[in-house]
Amino acid sequence: MINTRDILETINMVENENLDIRTITMGISLLDCCDSDIDKACQKVYDKITTKAARLVEVGEQIEKEFGIPIINKRISVTPIAMLLASSGGDPVKYAKTLEKAANKVGVNFIGGYSALVHKGFAPGDIELMRSIPRALAETDHVCSSVNIGSTKTGINMDAVKMMGEIVKQASELTADRECIGAAKLVVFCNAPEDNPFMAGAFHGPGEPDCVINVGVSGPGVVRAALTKCPDGTLTEVADLIKKTAFKITRMGQLVGAEASKRLGVEFGIVDLSLAPTPAIGDSVAYILEEMGLEKCGTHGTTAALALLNDAVKKGGVMASSLVGGLSGAFIPVTEDAGMIAAARCGALSIEKLEAMTAVCSVGLDMIVIPGDTPASTISAIIADEAAIGMVNFKTTAVRVIPAVGKKSGEELNFGGLLGYGPVMKLHSESSQKFIDRGGKIPAPMQSLKN
Amino acid sequence: MRAVITVIGKDMVGIVAKVSAICAEKQVNITEVTQSVLQDVFAMIMLIDISNMKTPLSELTDEMNKLGDEIGVKIHVMHESVFDSMHRV
Repeated sequence: MINTRDILETINMVENENLDIRTITMGISLLDCCDSDIDKACQKVYDKITTKAARLVEVGEQIEKEFGIPIINKRISVTPIAMLLASSGGDPVKYAKTLEKAANKVGVNFIGGYSALVHKGFAPGDIELMRSIPRALAETDHVCSSVNIGSTKTGINMDAVKMMGEIVKQASELTADRECIGAAKLVVFCNAPEDNPFMAGAFHGPGEPDCVINVGVSGPGVVRAALTKCPDGTLTEVADLIKKTAFKITRMGQLVGAEASKRLGVEFGIVDLSLAPTPAIGDSVAYILEEMGLEKCGTHGTTAALALLNDAVKKGGVMASSLVGGLSGAFIPVTEDAGMIAAARCGALSIEKLEAMTAVCSVGLDMIVIPGDTPASTISAIIADEAAIGMVNFKTTAVRVIPAVGKKSGEELNFGGLLGYGPVMKLHSESSQKFIDRGGKIPAPMQSLKN
Repeated sequence: MRAVITVIGKDMVGIVAKVSAICAEKQVNITEVTQSVLQDVFAMIMLIDISNMKTPLSELTDEMNKLGDEIGVKIHVMHESVFDSMHRV
């Protein structure tokens, strides 16, 4: 029997607390589209994506209406394009344009997988693809790119880190007329998951099946609203409450994912248990931390509060879903989170604190606007720091920073939509050039020798 | 198969009639209704049986949303599996 309280609680979550399914992402393997002729390969890629995902948006919208739950994004992730480039050669941007064309045809919001996995070194196609990223992102709207430059098992490829500092900068410069949006579509990973449904870092890993549905849930607003009902509870009680709320949110994701996979006739992959904020007021991870008792996100205690949140979300979510994967945890993208934006503007939140927070959250330095005149070597050094945290702690870390061309600390960029807006954050001006120029590898840590 | 319709908004003449009329037209059977008016806020939860419905549930949602916009109330249609999965282990 359905009781009134449950009904009202659910309606309230959707209506007032921004509960939604952030994304249904269809992962499509393109390994069977390899061809020595790049034009033939592109045609195969286009045909496969438009066939497999033909009904993705339609089914997503149907489920949205029948279940009464907003599904914000329908997306596609594909096999890292560097793998196709390895056999075809040619201009990699052709693939980006093909992905764009396919994304437009099926009507998805983003398509991810303009990617290379170079954590141990460069295979054929990798360097060409990486060099083409800025152009690919400037000449397309929906294509997202990611590069994995390190892992706990392999260590960090510092030659790739050096390259990525320059590539991030170029991606931003080539789109300077569009708020530097290029860099916002590019993620540099350590320990990248193969089944992540969230953009910009989604790609369809080589170990994945042919076609799969992954779901990313959201709901920071719901967690925060639950915490307002427990203003004086101990942190044990807070953790419990977050677990229960995360359970409910994730069940929704599981239901939607299972239904989508049934209707599309595609295998159900995973639910990604992430709390993904949006710039909408009330849909913020920072506000959850502040609800726990911090005056402003970024002050002392923020890392501890985030660790509690991240862990409780996982504990609640794991029980609610049959298969959990992706990034799973709390996201802290600065420009996409009203509370983070406010904290960054007033100076409470610094890049150093964000870095510390990434040691306990689910991803990394995400959507951070940095001064446009930042040297490429400094961006590489930021990537190296972040990758080191991921490598040593067996976790995914990522860097998505946006050098704001022509802007200095204090000025702002505005991407609009889910990507949000935010102030340029201050970085160290001391150089890291020599360290980055050394190149080579940071060997895998002792933690990798578990066999 | 069942679903839940909730209606919340400013009270006025004919809300129940209009919602029920759409249900009848779609071969949807209303099995339970709880309804209250507090001051001038109207709130109703309707449990409906959609087994004999001729069209997809999403069309009922579309029509209810249209009605809600017309008369200025918020109407939600949700499949019962949402509540089952969220509130039952």
